[in-house]
Amino acid sequence: MSTPFLSVRDLTVDFHTEDGVVHAVDGLSFDVEKGTTLGIVGESGSGKSVTNLAVLGLHNPETAKISGEIRLDGEELIGASRSTMERLRGNKVAMIFQDPLTSLSPYHTIGRQIGEVFRRHTGASRAASRDRAIEMLTRVGIPQPKVRVDDYPHQFSGGMRQRAMIAMALVCDPDLLIADEPTTALDVTVQAQILDLLRDLQEQTGTAIIMITHDLGVVAGTAHEVLVMYAGRAVERGTVREVLREPRHPYTWGLLTSMPRLSAPVDVPLLPVRGTPPSLVNVPPGCPFHPRCDYTDLAGPELCRSERPELSPHRGHGDACYLTLAQKREIVR
Amino acid sequence: MKETGTGSAAGKAAEPLLELSGLEKHFPVTGGFVFKRQVGRVHAVDGIDLTVHAGETLGLVGESGCGKSTTGRLVARLLEPTGGAIRYGGRDITHASRRELKPIRSEIQMIFQDPYSSLNPRHTVGGIIRGPMEVNGIDPPGGRDRRVRELLEIVGLNPEHYNRFPHEFSGGQRQRIGVARALALNPRLIVADEPVSALDVSIQAQVVNLLQALQRELGIAFLFIAHDLAVVRHFSQRVAVMYLGKIVEVADRDSLYRRPRHPYTHALLSAVPEVEADPAAASTAGPRERIRLAGDVPSPIDPPSGCRFRTRCWKAQEKCASEEPPLVRLEGNREGHLTACHFPEAPTVHGDDVVLDPALA
Repeated sequence: MSTPFLSVRDLTVDFHTEDGVVHAVDGLSFDVEKGTTLGIVGESGSGKSVTNLAVLGLHNPETAKISGEIRLDGEELIGASRSTMERLRGNKVAMIFQDPLTSLSPYHTIGRQIGEVFRRHTGASRAASRDRAIEMLTRVGIPQPKVRVDDYPHQFSGGMRQRAMIAMALVCDPDLLIADEPTTALDVTVQAQILDLLRDLQEQTGTAIIMITHDLGVVAGTAHEVLVMYAGRAVERGTVREVLREPRHPYTWGLLTSMPRLSAPVDVPLLPVRGTPPSLVNVPPGCPFHPRCDYTDLAGPELCRSERPELSPHRGHGDACYLTLAQKREIVR
Repeated sequence: MKETGTGSAAGKAAEPLLELSGLEKHFPVTGGFVFKRQVGRVHAVDGIDLTVHAGETLGLVGESGCGKSTTGRLVARLLEPTGGAIRYGGRDITHASRRELKPIRSEIQMIFQDPYSSLNPRHTVGGIIRGPMEVNGIDPPGGRDRRVRELLEIVGLNPEHYNRFPHEFSGGQRQRIGVARALALNPRLIVADEPVSALDVSIQAQVVNLLQALQRELGIAFLFIAHDLAVVRHFSQRVAVMYLGKIVEVADRDSLYRRPRHPYTHALLSAVPEVEADPAAASTAGPRERIRLAGDVPSPIDPPSGCRFRTRCWKAQEKCASEEPPLVRLEGNREGHLTACHFPEAPTVHGDDVVLDPALA
C-alpha cells in the first residue's frame, strides 16, 4: 500500500495557560487518502479544530506545544520552517472556516481576496488573477461571476460567502482541503447546496477533504471515513458505514441515541449521554469517557479508571474501549 | 367569546390558550444622512394565524430571517405588533398596557437560545431565579428561597449551587437555569426560542428530555421555535412552517412530516442531512428524494408579490406571482392540515389521509 497523502501519528497539542496545561489533543493518529473525505466528529472541546490548525501550522509556537508526526505528501510539518509552511498553505493544503463573514476581509472585494491568494503563490499578474477569480466563482456556482467579482463580502448572502470562501481555498488547486464546520452557520437548504458543491468539486479535482463537524448527518452524507473524537483522543475510527451502522464505542452510541432523526419512528425517546464533557486541564485518567459511561462495570471498572484504552485493531474499524466485541453486540441489540 | 377558527369537533373544541390572527410586525428601515426618514419596511411577520392549545407544543420552523423569533417575541409581548391580534386565554392582549399585561406576564415565559448572554453574570443563580418572583411580588408558600431550591431540583441542578454564578456552569447547565427561571411563576405557556441549538448533541438531548418531562408533569404549552426539523418533530404535536413572514403550512406532526404539501416544506425536509436510523424503518417513511433549492431567501424589505416562495419554487407559474395563495385545507388533507400553495405537492403517503379527490392523491 502506498503511503497516505496525509498521515498524522501520535499528535499531541498542549497549551500552557494560567489554569494549567490544557491537553487539547492527546496521541491522535489518522490518515487521509487522496480523493477521499475524512469526517472528524466530536463535541466542542474535543480537539477537532486544534488538530487541523496543527496540520496547517497555525498554532502560536509560544503557547502551543506540539509533538508527534504530521506528514503531508511525505513532508514533515511539525517543526517545519515558516517559509515551508507558507509554500504549502494554499498550494497543498487549504482551509474553509465556519463563519464566512468573519473570515473574509470587509475592506476588499471578493475578487481581490481570491486573486491575492493566486498571485501570491503563482506570481501571476493582476489581470490573470482576476480572470482566475472569475473562473473560480463560476466553478462554485456564483451567478453572474463577472459582475459579482467586484462585490464586497457584505453584498453576498451567507451561502454565497461560503461559496466565495471555497473558491478562495481552491484557487491554487490544493490536494487537501480542511473544512471546519463549513455549514454550521447556514440554513439547511443552503447547507445542502454547499455540501453538494464540495462533493462535486472533489469528484472533479480529486482533492482530499477533512470535514470537521458536530453533525453526524453531515458526516453521513459526505465522508468516506470517520474519526470520532472525545477529550482530545480518537475513540472510534472506520468507514462511514461501519461507524454509523455498527458503532462500537459507548460514546458513539451516545451521540447516535441522543440525536432525533427524521427517519426514526416518532416518539423514540432520546437517550442522552449523562454528565458533561471533562475539562481538558483535568482529563480523567484511564478512559476519558469512563465517568459518563454506562458500561464500566461490564468492561472492568478498575481497567477503565486506570488504563487508557488504545484504538484497536490498528487498521479498519477500531475503537478505544475495553468491552469485547461480543459484549458490544449484545448491548447494541 | 370568539369561536375557534376551524371549529373542529371533539377534544380541541375548547378555546385555544393562544390565538394569533393576522399578526403583523413591520420594522421601519431608515435612511438619510442627517435626518433619518423611513425609506422602507422589513416585513418580519406579515399576517399570520396560529393557535396554541393548553398543554400542547406548537413547533415553529423556518430558515433564518423568516420571522419565527419575531413571532415568539410578539407572543411574549416583548415587541409591539403593528397589526393583527393576539388573544391569550380569550382576552385581547394585542396592545395591552403594562398594567394590563402584569397578570399575564407571569403566565407567558420565555427561554432564550444563548445560555451565555441570557443570564446576568453578576447575579447568583438563586438571584436570577428569584428575580421573576420579586418583580411580580409573588410569595410562594414556604418562601421564595425554598421555591428556588425546589426549581433547581426540578431542572436537575444541585440546590446547593444557589449561590454560584453563571460562569461556574457549563452551557447545558446554564440552559437549565434559564428553564428554572421560566418555571418560577408557574407559566401556562413557554415561548422557547431555539432552546437547544447552542448546545452539544449529547447535552441537547438532556435539555429536550427535561422540557418534555416538564410538559408532561406540569401541562405547560410550548411555542417551540427552532430551525432543526428533527428536534421540532421530536418535541411538537403540531408544526407550522414559516417562510418570509408567512405561515406556508401548518399541520399535526405526522401529517406534516409524512405528507408535506407545500413545496417549501418538502424541500426543507429533503435537505436535512440524515443518518438513516435503520434502513428498514426508513423505507416505511418513504424514499427520501432530494430537492435542491436554488438561491437564497429574498429580502423581507421587498418580498416577492403573490406567493413569496415562488422565486425559489420549481413549480412556480404566472398565477403564483399575481395571486397570494391562502392558507387553507387542501383536498386530501386531514382536518387541521393547512397549506398555502396554488400547486401543492401530491401527498407522498396516503394511508390515513382523507383523500377527497383521487385525482389529487
